[in-house]
Amino acid sequence: MVPTNYYLILSAILFGLGIVAFVFKRNIITLFMAIELMLNAVNLAFVAFSQSLGKPDGEVFVLFVIVVAAAEAAVGLGIVILTARNRHSLNVERVDLLKL
Amino acid sequence: MNEFLTHYAFLIVPIIKIAILVLLVLTVDAYLTWLERKVIAHIQSRWGPYRVGPHGLLQPLADGVKFIFKEDPMPAGVDKIAYFLAPFLTLMLALTSLAVIPFGPQRFTIWGYETHLGIADVNISLLVLFAITALAVYGVALAGWASNNKYSLLGGLRSSAQMISYELTLTLSVVGVLLLAGDFSLRSIVEQQAQSGKGLVSWNIFPQIIGFLCFFTAAIAETNRVPFDLPEAESELVAGFHTEYASMKFAMFFIAEYTSMITVSCLCTILFFGGWLSPFPVSWTFTQFLPSVLLIPFGLWVLYDGIRYETIFGRLLLPGVGTALLALGGALLAYPAINGYIQGPFWFFAKVFVFLFVYIWMRGTLPRFRYDQLMSFGWKFLLPVSIANVVLTAAAILIWGKH
Amino acid sequence: MTAPLIIFFVLAALAIFGAVSLILQRHPIYSALSLIVVMVALAGLYLLMGAEFVAAVQIIVYGGAIMVLFVFVIMLLNAGLEERTNFSGLATYAGIPLALAVSGFIAAAIARSGGYLPAPAPSGALTSTKTLSMLLFTEFVYPFELTSFLILVAILGAIVLAQREN
Repeated sequence: MVPTNYYLILSAILFGLGIVAFVFKRNIITLFMAIELMLNAVNLAFVAFSQSLGKPDGEVFVLFVIVVAAAEAAVGLGIVILTARNRHSLNVERVDLLKL
Repeated sequence: MNEFLTHYAFLIVPIIKIAILVLLVLTVDAYLTWLERKVIAHIQSRWGPYRVGPHGLLQPLADGVKFIFKEDPMPAGVDKIAYFLAPFLTLMLALTSLAVIPFGPQRFTIWGYETHLGIADVNISLLVLFAITALAVYGVALAGWASNNKYSLLGGLRSSAQMISYELTLTLSVVGVLLLAGDFSLRSIVEQQAQSGKGLVSWNIFPQIIGFLCFFTAAIAETNRVPFDLPEAESELVAGFHTEYASMKFAMFFIAEYTSMITVSCLCTILFFGGWLSPFPVSWTFTQFLPSVLLIPFGLWVLYDGIRYETIFGRLLLPGVGTALLALGGALLAYPAINGYIQGPFWFFAKVFVFLFVYIWMRGTLPRFRYDQLMSFGWKFLLPVSIANVVLTAAAILIWGKH
Repeated sequence: MTAPLIIFFVLAALAIFGAVSLILQRHPIYSALSLIVVMVALAGLYLLMGAEFVAAVQIIVYGGAIMVLFVFVIMLLNAGLEERTNFSGLATYAGIPLALAVSGFIAAAIARSGGYLPAPAPSGALTSTKTLSMLLFTEFVYPFELTSFLILVAILGAIVLAQREN
């Protein structure tokens, strides 16, 4: 029997690590992975709440989140490939044409 | 001691079952290579392996010894962790996927622990199987990437694209079966096909023939076999993703490929061909003697062939095997209880064998697809057809009900 | 310590290890592999909670499709080791405090909400796939249709992006 709080704390830790990865990593693909990590952390919280409240609604939301993540990965990686083709680099610091 | 066994039976029994299954599967894999070489040789008017043991029966053993004792060179510039991880991952996932497959209907009790033929009986066994298959692509992709070889990388890229594309069809083509069964458990999918008791007629293959064809095609692509063996196309890519692997690591890829062939054959049997059910109606009780009726003539033939065999070793070994088969057939006739018990597994393995034979047959017959043909076939033909199959099945159930 | 609790701590440790490894690895392919470890560990946690369908979907879609796409792109672009460049001003001065603040905020919220949560459902209470699908196709049918539209748009977007200009 695992208290729901444990799941929520784990979810918060994973979300925090996702933010840290997003801030510290320089590779565009890894930044995307950091976003996926944060989405996963949120999913964990959804399932934990759904189990604790005895309502399956939260699990349905997880399915929606997964669909959105899949759509995001498809479009995002398309953009990454284009960027890499045009800028010859995957470093986010080198994609700075819009910078003043 | 006995108390200990009863207390920990929930742990000990599965471990014993896993050990038996792994040993069995590895042996079957080894003899599958022998069967494949023999069948393809005969398709191409050759003799196939003939030197090691009578009819080349000890060839798998010789191959195994060779795999173990060969030098295992590591090419320069490989990514060490991924290079080692890839074959282990591939083999592990291939063997794990067999864990959820039920091999027979019976439940039995050992040391007070009730169990069944098969390792794990989960509610969502079909989904678990798909989950494991979905992860299998990493082994191939990593092997291709880590080898630091452009042929390997091309093979790895091809395989990941191919496996993602065909996985969609693989999953969608079984939705029809799921609609009919209303459950993800492989056991209840088989039991649903038994309901009318009319044998062959109630199998899923008749309402789901389109689904079956899509499933089998996609499954061949998932296991990277001819005609979809582009990841290792030897005439273009040397050996594709496993070019840089030798010795035992190569053998792991090899064993994994044959194991996933077995898994796919089991899955075809369960989903579409009634699993362990007999093709005859329940009222035909005399079909129970079919195993003996098949075993005894086969044993007699092996005996006859063995007596006339060229080498002395063959003249000793083959009659022994023949006598053993005869004895087995006789025992099944003599003990109806045992005969009744093996009916389920007998039909299951007979059907699995047919599918494995079809696999080998196709390798001897069909040429390889071109890469763009493979992609357009998967996306523009197979996927729409399997979606249409889902819609048709749903409509039919809505109109006529489930039976 | 009961068996579910032990399983929870093992899987949680695995998930955190994977997330930390994602940050520390310098090669994107190892970051991707670390993320797969996190996802498989989370699938295990979902199973532990009795959400079996979500666990299977997590591995099939996240592990088998999305992450394969990442690995595929990394291999396709032949991405090498990550360059270590200077952080932008925003990342240096606001990044770490912001990350800490968000994590702290969430942790505080959880710590405070402890009393409001009802007792957890008995473990092993499986959410059957049937319940889930009934909910998906009755109460949530509108969002469900919207997500299918989203996927269509994403496919079109990916095709337009991948097309070479003539």
